Order: sequence, then C-alpha cells, then structure tokens
Amino acid sequence: MACDVAPPDAIAAVGCWIQANAGVNLTILHDPFDRSRFISGIGMTIWLSVVSLFFSLIIGVVGAWAQGSDYKWIRWLINGFIVVFRNTPPLVQIFFFYFGVSNLLPAVEDDVGMRQPLLTNVQWAIFSLSLFAGAFNIEIFRSGIEAVPNSTKEAASALGYTRLGTYLHVVLPLAIRVCLPALNNNLVNLLKTTSLAYAIAVPELLYASKNIWTDAQNVPTMMVVLLLTYVALVGVLVWAMNSWERSMAIPGFGQGRGR
Amino acid sequence: MATAAATTAPSWTPDQPMVCVKDVRKSFGAFEVLKGVSMDVAKGETICIIGPSGSGKSTLIRCINALVDIDGGSIKVEGQEVNDPKLDKLKLRRKVGMVFQQYNLFPHKTALQNVMMAPINVLKEDKAKVEDRARKLIAKVRLTGKENNYPGELSGGQQQRVAIARSLAMRPDIMLFDEVTAALDPETVKEVLFTIRELAEEGMTCILVTHEMKFARDVADHIYFTDKGVIVEHAPPAEFFENPRDERTKTFLGQIL
Repeated sequence: MACDVAPPDAIAAVGCWIQANAGVNLTILHDPFDRSRFISGIGMTIWLSVVSLFFSLIIGVVGAWAQGSDYKWIRWLINGFIVVFRNTPPLVQIFFFYFGVSNLLPAVEDDVGMRQPLLTNVQWAIFSLSLFAGAFNIEIFRSGIEAVPNSTKEAASALGYTRLGTYLHVVLPLAIRVCLPALNNNLVNLLKTTSLAYAIAVPELLYASKNIWTDAQNVPTMMVVLLLTYVALVGVLVWAMNSWERSMAIPGFGQGRGR
Repeated sequence: MATAAATTAPSWTPDQPMVCVKDVRKSFGAFEVLKGVSMDVAKGETICIIGPSGSGKSTLIRCINALVDIDGGSIKVEGQEVNDPKLDKLKLRRKVGMVFQQYNLFPHKTALQNVMMAPINVLKEDKAKVEDRARKLIAKVRLTGKENNYPGELSGGQQQRVAIARSLAMRPDIMLFDEVTAALDPETVKEVLFTIRELAEEGMTCILVTHEMKFARDVADHIYFTDKGVIVEHAPPAEFFENPRDERTKTFLGQIL
C-alpha cells in the first residue's frame, strides 16, 4: 500500500525493497502507522517491565526483611502472600485484579461524565506483575540473606548496629551479590510475562503486533519479528544485569573476579 | 529523674571495677555452660581467660556485651547492669569493642571502609573526621598502604588487625578479644599480639580469651582459669604459672606448656 507512492524515508525504502525483492511484507518498516504502533508497543513493554521491575524489587527487599520479623503475624502475612502469588498463574492474577478487584472498587467520573475505573488497565497490569515478580523476589532475597553468615551479622551488632542498620549496610549488600544470578532469571521472566497484559488490552508489543498482523495479513512475518524483538529486549536486560553483576564483584568474595 | 537510670551508669566512678561479673549462669538447652562465674576487671587492666575448649570462656565474654543473654547473676559494665531489660544494648556495645576469632570483616568494603562504617552509620559522625581517624588507626595497626584492599585480598593476620582498628574506631572503653589468634598461622599471630600488647600498654581495658600462654604471661595483669563452666582459680600471671594450686590447672598447664 505505502509502496505505491515514493517511500517517505530510508527505512520505508528498505521495507519496500524487501517486499519487492523477497515478497516479505514488513509493514512495520514501510507503513508509517504500523511502524508507530509497533514502536509504541515496544515502548509499552519496556515501560511495563521497568516499572514492575522497580516495584517488584522493592517488594522483594521489604518482604525479605519483614520475613525475619519478630512478630509471628507479619511472617504469616508475608508467607501467605508468597503462597498466593507463587501458586497461581500470572494470567489468572491479572484477570483477578482487572475483572475482579477492579469491579469491587468505586468508579470515578472523568471530565465528560464517563464512569472510569479507579485504575487503568496499564496500572492494573503493573500492579499485578509487580506482585507476581515480587513474591518470587522475596524468596530470592531470602536465599541471599540466609547465605550471609551469622558471625558477620554478629560483628555488626557488636559494633552497635540496629537490626535495620545491619540489614541495610551489611546483609543486603552481601545478599544481593549472592542472589544476583537468581534475580537475573526472575527479571527476565518478568519481562516476558508482560506479554500477558495483552489479555486486558494493554497495547504492549504482543497486542500491537496482533493489530498489525490482522490488518496487514502478514501473520508468519510478524511472528518472526515478534520473536526476534523479544530476544533483543531480553538480551539488553541480561547484558545490563551481567554488567551490574560484574561491577559488584568483590575480590575474594564468592565468584568475585573484580580487579 | 529515676528513668535516667536505664541509660546512664548510676554513681559509677573509675576507681570501681569497670566490669563486674557476679555469679553468672547460662545454659544452652539442657547444657549449662556457665555455672556461677564471677570476676572483677579494673579500668586499664588486662585480663586473660584460659581453659580447655567448651569451658565457657567465649560465652562469658559474649555475655559482657550482651551478644548472649544471661540466665542468672549479674554483669555490670561501668556500673550499668547488662542484664537489665530496659538497657539499650546498642549503647552498651558502643563502649565495649569486640574482636572475633574469624575476624568477621565486612567483605564488600575495603579495609578503610570497614574501619569507617560504624562511626558513620551508628554514631552519625562527620565523614571527613572519621576518615582521618580511620587512617590513623590503620597506621596504628601497621597496615598503611592496605587501606584500599578488600578483606579477601588480605592475610588472616592483616584482616584481624583491620578488625581491631574497626573496633577501636568506635572509641570503646573496653575491648574483648575472643580467641583472636586461634585461626592464624604462627607468623601472623605475632603481628596481632603485638597490636594487642600495645593497646594494653596504652591503658585500654582488655579482656582476652586466649590459648597463647606466653603472651598471657607477659601481658596479663590477672589470669582466670575456667573449666566446665566454673572459674577454677585466678591469680596474677607469675603466681598462676609458677604455683598453680588446683589439680585441674596443673593438668591443663602440664598438657600445653
């Protein structure tokens, strides 16, 4: 379609050339509308990932600390949370929040008098993905915390550190180094799980791609594009996590290769 | 006014014992580790506690900075009851420094940072001043040049001296040493003992659990011999090593000397 007229830019020209010579219809290259849908889909996937990743890490750090609390009911609460979110499929969780909880919450009226849910679908997706990944992060951080020797914590208390002070300045920095490989895995998983937001019409990468292939009738092509795009996105995340792991390596500690 | 008693030492003066341990009992499950132990430590004194493994030496000094809670008796540090449930244990630990057998340095911090951490995080002191003091302490334990090395890059003896500097950075009144040379090889033992001896000579109140008899003899003002949770005998070193009175002491000294 767009190739009937002169392509507007170099990328579109490449797309038209591919279509003319290989018969592969890459509308995300030569159709400006499809291209913008696709790019904003990538943007939404990155946004969902980064924000959920941030909140899931906070849930992990706080939850793992609360798990060591002196109060039984706090520990029960945390363990209950982990059981619920680890033992249920993430898609069921997303539906539970978007169709279940959202319906129980009061709706608000917008400027033109339309009744809108309290949280948008994007916000619910972030909410439920953060809890899902957070439940795993608590367990991952716990494994790291348990790997910190008691004698090290004892040395901190002997220096007058409080429990929170010991956690922040001694236990956490060591625990993070121990659990980075496991954390790495979970965050990769989180990025891939953002595709489930498709089910509540969040215009992320998969949703945008589906819209494109139904319009352009290029299903197999878009499948390959989709796959490769996820490979690249996860690749960037893994690269970032690995550089972080390297920058945190300490000589003479664990697998530390620093210096 | 009466509420102040929980945090400040009531009417304690430096001529009274700095640490006063009276009839202390402690059990771990069914096993009674301390069966009524008493000792007095005056300001500036160096005390060595010796005895066979499992006799309760380490438990005793861990009770002094409340790392271990006691079941009975009393421990007073500068007149303040350690066993008082209202006591701020963290405040107590700030004046009682402790060095461990396994050094227990923070592996993610350099030698200098290990020394600086507690004064900055716990005492909230000014970073520049702490760094200045930390560098002097590193020099004092003769590790100048190793400031930026991580614990994993230092030998056992060097790590132990960093640990001593780390405790001293909190400006404690009393130092506890829990078998600090037991994990070291013979050459590095000397450097650590040299540092402790210097401290003792400067007038720091030191309580050591040790197996270094020669060192105990040279440095200690008073020796306590413990066995099976009781203090069998205590005496100034000359008397203790020349004329041990109890049979158990004689057997123990016979085995190791």
